[in-house]
Amino acid sequence: MAVTGILLALFLIAHMIGNLKVFTGETSFDHYAHWLRDIGKPLLPGVWFLWILRSVLVVAVVAHIVAATVLARRARAARPVKYAHRKKVNGSYAARTMRWGGVIILLFVIYHLLDLTTGTLNPVGDASKPYGNVVADFAPERWYVTLFYTLAIVAVGFHLRHGAFSAFRSLGQQTPRGERRARNAALVFAVALCVGYLVVPFAVLTGLVA
Amino acid sequence: MNLTLRIWRQKGPEDKGRMVTYQVDDVSPDMSFLEMLDVLNERLILAGEDPVAFDHDCREGICGMCGLMINGDAHGPQRGTTACQLHMRQFTDGETIDIEPWRASAFPVIKDLVVNRGAFDKIIAAGGYITAPTGSAPEAHSTPVAKANADAAFESAACIGCGACVAACPNGSGMLFTAAKLTQLSLLPQGQPERYTRVIGMVDAHDEAGFGGCTNAGECTPACPKGIPLNTIGRLNRDYLMATSKRGDNTPGS
Repeated sequence: MAVTGILLALFLIAHMIGNLKVFTGETSFDHYAHWLRDIGKPLLPGVWFLWILRSVLVVAVVAHIVAATVLARRARAARPVKYAHRKKVNGSYAARTMRWGGVIILLFVIYHLLDLTTGTLNPVGDASKPYGNVVADFAPERWYVTLFYTLAIVAVGFHLRHGAFSAFRSLGQQTPRGERRARNAALVFAVALCVGYLVVPFAVLTGLVA
Repeated sequence: MNLTLRIWRQKGPEDKGRMVTYQVDDVSPDMSFLEMLDVLNERLILAGEDPVAFDHDCREGICGMCGLMINGDAHGPQRGTTACQLHMRQFTDGETIDIEPWRASAFPVIKDLVVNRGAFDKIIAAGGYITAPTGSAPEAHSTPVAKANADAAFESAACIGCGACVAACPNGSGMLFTAAKLTQLSLLPQGQPERYTRVIGMVDAHDEAGFGGCTNAGECTPACPKGIPLNTIGRLNRDYLMATSKRGDNTPGS
């Protein structure tokens, strides 16, 4: 869980930085988006690097889900008879919503790929104009799309808050002071990522990016 | 105080079990929780009914026998104490209290509120000891131990094996117990020779016993009557990573 989670979190950081290029203008953003397809050229032909990256991500996602399923099944088997009276748990909301939160994030990722990668669900859906796709996607009259993105990103934030701390712990974080640091770092990371992702749709919604 | 109790009654391991409601009147707020159950049992015996079976021994919070899920809290609402150290003044007059046994497939119910915690013994048998005969206590200065390590090992050694960590864990995992029993040895010089075979043996025994996996949910430490810190599990993880990445034979007992 920890290793695949870290791979995915690194991708999230890179993806967020890429998204923020939307503020540098249409030409620059489109140039960046086209460059993504050409990384590794001329060493690797065409879109090879992109596909290598995509395969690594798919493997990481699948391994992450398999590990989570194993844990969930073990947890279910470990408590066949449920408590009649179960107190609201002491741990964080984030820790308690990891499993269903993960399912929601998976559904969102599928929608997101259909929206801005294949363009199937995008009003413009023109692969040569990524900037135009983004602006059309979060237009004020499509407020429900922005709302859905916001909810999904907040779900990612919660997932990361517990996930990042949990990854540190699984990889051997062992002192009480380190635990406080790991928890704070996970919170800052989750909030920073949420803000970084949400400024783009809200900038389009408010007309800052048009 | 007058209380309504909803208690899990189960005749034996094969019985399906159910919650049964009892009324207990004239409970003194100075009684311990177990004394209140004693009062209920006396009345049940006088009425010719089967008394409620529950585990208890020392009644001063050090033996680890009394494990009860009280209103969804392992050992009741008070932090850092066992059920026997809980007083009835923690409850209000007229309250309904739900009492259930620890719920885990590794802890099968024997009768009513009594569970078999033999799975913990299997984890200990898989490495929770040092093989060398140590004789009587050595001269304290002969083997220097860093104060921080001594304190952390002592914190772990406070574990009484009551099973509250498993009962409170959303995954039914016994990792806090396993980690406590592991680190009380791995932080001290005497525990070093078998450090890495011990961790593999104990974690394997934990998984084989049918406990769930740890997801760092953090439910165990607040429920632990001895307040074993959550980072103890991090120490176990670190040892486990070291053991599984170390060259050479790390099979338990080698």
